Amino acid sequence: MSETTPLLIVDDLVTHFRTDRGLVRAVDGVSFRLERGETLGIVGESGSGKTVLSRSIMGLLPPKNVVTGGSVRFEGRDLTTLKPEDKRAIWGAEIAMVFQDPMTSLTPLMRVGKQVIEGLRVHLDMDKARAIETGIALLRSVGIPEPERRMKQFPFELSGGMRQRVTIAIAIACGPKLLIADEPTTALDVTVQAQILNLLQDKQRERHMAMILVTHDLGVVAGRTDHIAVMYAGKVVEKAPTRKLFTEMRMPYTEALIKSIPKADQPSHTRLAAIGGRPPDLVNPPAGCNFAPRCPYAREKCHVEEPPLTTDSSVDDEHVFACWYPVDVKVAG
Amino acid sequence: MLPLPVDIPIAEAAQRRRRTLGWMFWASLGWVALIIFLAAFADLLPIQDPNALRSASNLGPGIDHLLGTDSLGRDMFARVVYAARVSLTVGFASIAIGLIFGGTMGVIAGYYRGRIDKVLMAIADVMLAFPALVFALAIVTFLGQNLRNVTIAIAVISIPGIARIVRASTLSFAQRDFVLAARTLGASNRRIIVREILPNVAIPIGSFSFIAVALAVVGEGALAFLGLSVQAPTATWGGMINDGRSFLQDNPNLSLIPSGVLFITVLALNFAGDALRARFDTKDAGL
Repeated sequence: MSETTPLLIVDDLVTHFRTDRGLVRAVDGVSFRLERGETLGIVGESGSGKTVLSRSIMGLLPPKNVVTGGSVRFEGRDLTTLKPEDKRAIWGAEIAMVFQDPMTSLTPLMRVGKQVIEGLRVHLDMDKARAIETGIALLRSVGIPEPERRMKQFPFELSGGMRQRVTIAIAIACGPKLLIADEPTTALDVTVQAQILNLLQDKQRERHMAMILVTHDLGVVAGRTDHIAVMYAGKVVEKAPTRKLFTEMRMPYTEALIKSIPKADQPSHTRLAAIGGRPPDLVNPPAGCNFAPRCPYAREKCHVEEPPLTTDSSVDDEHVFACWYPVDVKVAG
Repeated sequence: MLPLPVDIPIAEAAQRRRRTLGWMFWASLGWVALIIFLAAFADLLPIQDPNALRSASNLGPGIDHLLGTDSLGRDMFARVVYAARVSLTVGFASIAIGLIFGGTMGVIAGYYRGRIDKVLMAIADVMLAFPALVFALAIVTFLGQNLRNVTIAIAVISIPGIARIVRASTLSFAQRDFVLAARTLGASNRRIIVREILPNVAIPIGSFSFIAVALAVVGEGALAFLGLSVQAPTATWGGMINDGRSFLQDNPNLSLIPSGVLFITVLALNFAGDALRARFDTKDAGL
């Protein structure tokens, strides 16, 4: 593959689940592209389809009762049509994942060292001595003190932050080109969150690895990503370079999300600007714009016709949004 | 104000109770170990021939015969010890076989789910629905009354139950994040089953196996009582209870002694299994 083609092209990706209630449109036509070494933040509230999206990109979903569509091209190969053996060769070696809860994502009965070197031995065919040496170096590089001793410990002997460092070490062990981090800090203490995010960012820069950072917390992605895609009800409703999204958001949902972040300089007991209502039913989504029922600016057209993902062509084509009556905020940057 | 020092011993005691298995476990394990030791080394120990006919029958416990003699004048202690060979061989071997087949079924059904799960569990249901005693009777009658066939009969009977328990345990582990994490690292299904699922499933199943062995020992006893276990004169606990049945009035020891040994052994296996289960309960361990 030449260096000019994007690393990952997701085109009109669809993941629907067949349930007794009907078709759940968890991911409904998502498209984006990711260049090498670039970081994309995917933001959305619970149930907006961000986790299903990250698993769909990996091709991790069970085949049963799932309707899929669209394509995921990773270095030109369509991951959605790959055979399981070929997928296994890519998983871990070229695309790796960091999960939300480090308490459950490490095998409880296997020593940390063994879990760290497993991928090295399978994908890179290292002999045991070299793999252990590399594993110790990896643990040290993710900021784990006394890595030699940690290698011989079991996961329950480590704190949550340490365990997440271990899962990151495992994920980056084989030098993947793409790291998908699905809410990597949600289960951690606030004091540890920033450390883990900084670690992810350092590793991503150091190894020129592309990263997809999935989170519900805009604060997590601010300043750490190149682009942000905001998801609502299985669709991308706004996507822009990070700075632009925070200063010139057009979609009322994005605006509401940013407004709902509590600010330290507000006087105490200020009422939190929560988003009223609930996320839409993914089985029977409302007609028109999905966000219209909760949108303070919604007009008649919003309840009837669904807005396409468009760009304010006069400005630039990197900033896309789906709204008939975009807000025109210019927050002083 | 609460007197603070009083709290400390309580906390320590609570911690100790959680960490240790308790004296009952060790007493139970000791009993089972003693029975296994006696049965294994019976030939080397100064134990009399279990099938030799002595002069006096129906002797009470004494110095020559620790537990007396039976209606044919055979040494009861020797017979109880040699009977343990049969009971324990059948108990452990049948459950080992049951674990191999039932365990494989359960892990496959629980891991792969879907159609293969339905088929395997339907097979297990059919096996469960079939009257166990009739099945054992059929095997022993048609294949012959010997140690191997009794073991096979009880092994087959144990398979569906083991399969169901292993499947349930596998289900709970297969959905954990660490299995998904292993998949995202490119681990094959076989690798996941062997390295991620089996070690975790082995702990609850291991403690359950003690109880299963106890059930198998009772099962062998029941078969022997019906005269369907190994053939006379080989001693088995169930067979000895049966032999003593006609002498209950004159010499109740003939039935009571093997009954007691069988009872204590089964109880000990159950206690040991229960203590292990409580100790390794993953809910308590917070894994």
